[in-house]
Amino acid sequence: MKEDKIFHPRANKYLRTEMLPTAFCPGCGCGTVLNGFLQALDELKLDPKELVFVTGIGCSSWIPSPYFKGDTLHTTHGRPIAFATGVKVMKPDMKVIVIAGDGDIAGIGGNHLIHAARRNIDISVFMVNNWNYGMTGGQVSPTTPFGVRTGTTPYGSAEHQLEAAEVVAAAGANYVARWTTYHVFPMVKAMQEALRVKGFSFVEIIAQCPVSYGKMVKMRRGSDFLKLYKEKSVKVEKARQMSDEELEGKIVVGKLKERKRTEFVSTLRQINERFRQELAN
Amino acid sequence: MITINEELCKGCEICTDFCPKKVLASSNTINKKGYYLPAATHKDKCTGCRLCELMCPELAILISKE
Ligand SMILES: Cc1ncc(C[n+]2csc(CCOP(=O)(O)OP(=O)(O)O)c2C)c(N)n1
Ligand code: SF4
Ligand code: SF4
Ligand code: SF4
Ligand SMILES: [Mg+2]
Repeated sequence: MKEDKIFHPRANKYLRTEMLPTAFCPGCGCGTVLNGFLQALDELKLDPKELVFVTGIGCSSWIPSPYFKGDTLHTTHGRPIAFATGVKVMKPDMKVIVIAGDGDIAGIGGNHLIHAARRNIDISVFMVNNWNYGMTGGQVSPTTPFGVRTGTTPYGSAEHQLEAAEVVAAAGANYVARWTTYHVFPMVKAMQEALRVKGFSFVEIIAQCPVSYGKMVKMRRGSDFLKLYKEKSVKVEKARQMSDEELEGKIVVGKLKERKRTEFVSTLRQINERFRQELAN
Repeated sequence: MITINEELCKGCEICTDFCPKKVLASSNTINKKGYYLPAATHKDKCTGCRLCELMCPELAILISKE
């Protein structure tokens, strides 16, 4: 598509518009995350030249790549946080942003996630949680709700859902939030807060996959999921007053954690500096 | 003003389902790819809230000042 046909000013500023329309299925939440993320960048007036996007494998990994004009590393499944760690250590002045799926970030890449949060390295991770492996046709993922039918759990999943945002908060990240693609305005605000924080920031975005996931649960329209998110969401402040039983099947949304622990790369630099001075003396 | 980019729209109907003022409705117009396009049937009721603009997965809606 020609540039002049795209009237969206944010798309012209941040995207390779010749790649549009997106490769996502109709009604896919990945597109809404892309849309909100553009809005967040634009309001923060971030220059694409200051950004490095790192992504893994999956539909959600197609949000930054190939659409964004910034430098992009499309890496292997589960490893974007590991690559992002390397980028940030060597290029501390760049904003390093990971966008990838639940299978990628919380499944195969789960240990990278926990330890990057524990190190509190200054990268922002946006995990697009569509409760399944969307790209490969709808297999169970660590975030699939209990009892749900997927391609690999045809009689319902026997496993409980991993609450990735809570895990990341416990592991030591400086900023953690969860929203859904129904909550676009707070989602944009959380993205901005995450981008501004020094230290590890994590935003989990519950997003619909009406095709791979939807076909097994008979929810084939994007709106079916958005209605569910609206109905099942509970603000974190209210959720803190509720029991585990009451929270079963609910989606806890809001800012889950904010703290000011020291950041990994700056600590590394200080140690290096101290070592250099000791050597000189 | 509500502008809908006919080439980008995939007819998912999220905008028509969630516009709080029911400004947008599905139409019988089909784009080149075969998707049914939404139409702004009640423009006068639009509050300019931009919910449709931000929810659209295809960056196909823009709300701007007249
Ligand atoms: C090492 C490795 N294992 C498995 C795969 C196959 N594979 C590709 S995408 C994917 C899962 C994608 O799920 P998720 O990360 O949640 O992204 P989504 O498509 O749902 O957005 C898998 C298992 C792979 N590409 N590489
Ligand atoms: S398979 Fe699911 S996640 Fe992937 S593009 Fe289609 S709707 Fe989106
Ligand atoms: S939300 Fe966007 S893609 Fe979906 S029908 Fe409306 S304009 Fe088209
Ligand atoms: S801006 Fe708000 S009121 Fe106007 S069409 Fe969009 S969703 Fe409806
Ligand atoms: Mg997924």
